[in-house]
Amino acid sequence: MSDAALAQSAFLTLSGISKRYAGVRALEGVDFACERGKIHAVLGENGAGKSTLIKIIAGVVQPDTGTMRLGGNDVSFATPSAANAAGVVCIFQELSLMPDLSVADNISIASPPRRFGLIDARAQRRRAEELLAGIGCEDVNPLMRVRDLPLSRRQVVEIAKALGKKPQLLILDEATSALTSADVEKVYAMLARLKAEGVAILYISHRMHEVEALADRASVFRNGRHIETFDKGRRSTADIVQLMIGRDIATQYPPKPVREAAKPVLDIENLSWDRHLDRICLRVGAGEIVGLGGLDGQGQKSLLLALFGVLRSVSGRVTIEGCEVRPGSPAAAKSVGIALVPEDRKTEGLMLPMSIADNLVIASLDAISTGPLVDRARENEAIKRAIARLQIKIGAPGDAVSTLSGGNQQKVVLAKWLMTDPKLILLNDPTRGIDVGTKQELYRLMRELADQGAAILFYSTDYDELIGCCDRVAIMYDGRIVRELAGDELNETNIIASALNIDAATPVAAGAAHA
Amino acid sequence: MLDDVAIRIRQNVGIVTAVLLFSILYLLYNLAHPKGFSSAVLVQNGDEIFALAMLAMAQTVPVLASGLDLSVGAVMTMVGCFASYLLAGAAGGAPLHLDIFGLHVGLGTFPGGLSGILLGIVICLATGALAGFVNGCVVVYGRIQPIIATLATGAVYIGIALFLRPTPGGKIDEDLNWALTNSLGDFASTVHIFDDGAASWFAPVAWIPVPFVLLILIALLVWVPFRRSVLGRTVYAVGSAEGAAYMSGLPIERAKIAAFTLAGFFAGCGGLFLAIQTSSGNADIPQAGAYTLNSIASVVIGGTSLLGGTGSAIGSIFGAMVLRVISFFFRIFDIAPLLQPLFEGLILLGAVSIGALGVLRVKNTLELFR
Repeated sequence: MSDAALAQSAFLTLSGISKRYAGVRALEGVDFACERGKIHAVLGENGAGKSTLIKIIAGVVQPDTGTMRLGGNDVSFATPSAANAAGVVCIFQELSLMPDLSVADNISIASPPRRFGLIDARAQRRRAEELLAGIGCEDVNPLMRVRDLPLSRRQVVEIAKALGKKPQLLILDEATSALTSADVEKVYAMLARLKAEGVAILYISHRMHEVEALADRASVFRNGRHIETFDKGRRSTADIVQLMIGRDIATQYPPKPVREAAKPVLDIENLSWDRHLDRICLRVGAGEIVGLGGLDGQGQKSLLLALFGVLRSVSGRVTIEGCEVRPGSPAAAKSVGIALVPEDRKTEGLMLPMSIADNLVIASLDAISTGPLVDRARENEAIKRAIARLQIKIGAPGDAVSTLSGGNQQKVVLAKWLMTDPKLILLNDPTRGIDVGTKQELYRLMRELADQGAAILFYSTDYDELIGCCDRVAIMYDGRIVRELAGDELNETNIIASALNIDAATPVAAGAAHA
Repeated sequence: MLDDVAIRIRQNVGIVTAVLLFSILYLLYNLAHPKGFSSAVLVQNGDEIFALAMLAMAQTVPVLASGLDLSVGAVMTMVGCFASYLLAGAAGGAPLHLDIFGLHVGLGTFPGGLSGILLGIVICLATGALAGFVNGCVVVYGRIQPIIATLATGAVYIGIALFLRPTPGGKIDEDLNWALTNSLGDFASTVHIFDDGAASWFAPVAWIPVPFVLLILIALLVWVPFRRSVLGRTVYAVGSAEGAAYMSGLPIERAKIAAFTLAGFFAGCGGLFLAIQTSSGNADIPQAGAYTLNSIASVVIGGTSLLGGTGSAIGSIFGAMVLRVISFFFRIFDIAPLLQPLFEGLILLGAVSIGALGVLRVKNTLELFR
């Protein structure tokens, strides 16, 4: 169907939609349309702009420019409830349930059935039962608190809540990511029914086989732009991956040294935790930078937290330089030579109101103390060295760390850990929200640390960065390492294919890549 | 069906614990008391429990929306001072005047008799609710943390109370005092209903203390409907996950204001009763502080999470009763009153520790700090 014809029959039409967050482009001049009675997949890498697109349609954020038409009328939604009122209902990736309220309460939260002005608990319960039965999940008791349900059941409740709003346009953002395969079948059946009733469905998923099975049409986004829309069967999976990658301006990365197989610093065997980590095996040698890749939320962050002693009831064996370690807290992890640059530098990495100097020495106070007292002279000496080494641009070490730019703040976090002389450095997406110049300095620094014998485990959502920085990249999917890529194999096509678990048939045994 | 009951019990384990704890303690108390299981003891206990039970209910509502209200004791005290002017019940009415900056301003005569008393009660309760409404507005529109906002407004309310009653004094209608602080039978004979309480059908309930009846009425007529209203539901939702509540299009700001207003109303009920019970108004600052702290303790013992989202004002009533029964024991066992804070503290610690056991189940320890 031509674009013009599509625009004619479309239920929802976006024209020229742009959105920036604090100057960073999220969407640029996007034209997009979807029809009633069709399942329309939206595809793209992390950060391609899919989430922003959905948030605009669902009234969570407002576009800077552009117009939106729904069923022939110009609309603009100031709030999610305004969008709901117009029949636009979204099932978000981050659950929108209230954990302390019951399933029935949550399902009817926006417009509960009332009697004499008060909420009719019985009618509300019946309604919840009907909606849950409609998806085929009668086993969820509406009286249960959402907090007490497992994640997969919560997602079922989220779907029931959305259906209760009688959507004309239903948006599913990774709505099946936590479901069991039996539930996924039920959701497929429900979507087929809604489709037959003429509901327009937008479907965001990273699971290519789901998209192939369900979607009537797909649109690919990249770097905030709409790249192409095509009907089912018009593009091969390889084509789609190519569309998603596109071409990017290469960033400068420090050269990777070629070296003999190094002695392993970190050796992980069969590490499992809760439902998020599944028998992870991985080795990182001295002087090696190993990347963790894959889509968001496949267990990469849990793996770093598990190694750093944050998670409880972790099973498996972890050795550092041949000694088995089982850190029960970050303090214990620190004492065996592990450092972590955490996900959120503002809350977990830094004490924002405290000074740069205080933040720099906070993890290594033992080393600069005599007995219980911090030795001022040694402290100042250490701070001076750290600032010089990292080239942190500062006014005075006594300034609050919050006065620094994001990039320099991240350098402070890294410097703080360097002062503990770690053997293993864990990096949780350290370059997120940092300007290109500082990024390159961080890359250089990582390589320097590796050259001095540290082992580095580096999680990043940016594939380009993984390829440029890492000696080897382990791709995670659903809590497992599905593939390790090194040398020529380490390219964007392979990373995306493994991240989507398309070629799951040929996983590379963990550790084989450097054996 | 059995399933449902099991779920409800599991979800209300805090309240169930408080009820059981109270029942056991109160049974023991009556067994040990020389006049145990008599209407006289019950009446005395009812009078001692009522004000704290009301303040516990008051504290519950903001706590459910994850905010503390440090002004409940102050609102109680202020309303008590108002009551000591408005509930004198003199036949010809009472002249009111205001002495401010050396000026003497006459405010006319406040009516006496039954209609005057009823009007006075309405004004007192409205004053409590208004104080709570102001708290809510400061929190919502001033965007100030509830604990700070109510610390400040609480000082203002105490200031008003001190202005009204620099020294303890005032007067409460004697019949009103008698009717509300004794048994139903005494109430009936004072207000001349049910053949002055002698009607034969009335006898089986005549022993019930009026404060307990009031407590149940307020719980049933105010708390239960609120909990089942959209605003009440929103209060729970805000305390559970404010972001999700916002995304669900709930009236968050109105719910917060309603929570504080209701808190003020309940605290006003407590203050009104305390004034009636003591037949005077007293701007007692230490007492206001003690009531505020005990209200928080009652909420916790009653199974409401200080993080918000779970719990109930009914549980807090039992929490307040547990606290009070402990002090009753000191009386009958003749233990030095100086030891009372020690034991109250230990019991509070124990109750809070039970609630904190959930921490042991957390698998990601980083969540403990979020």
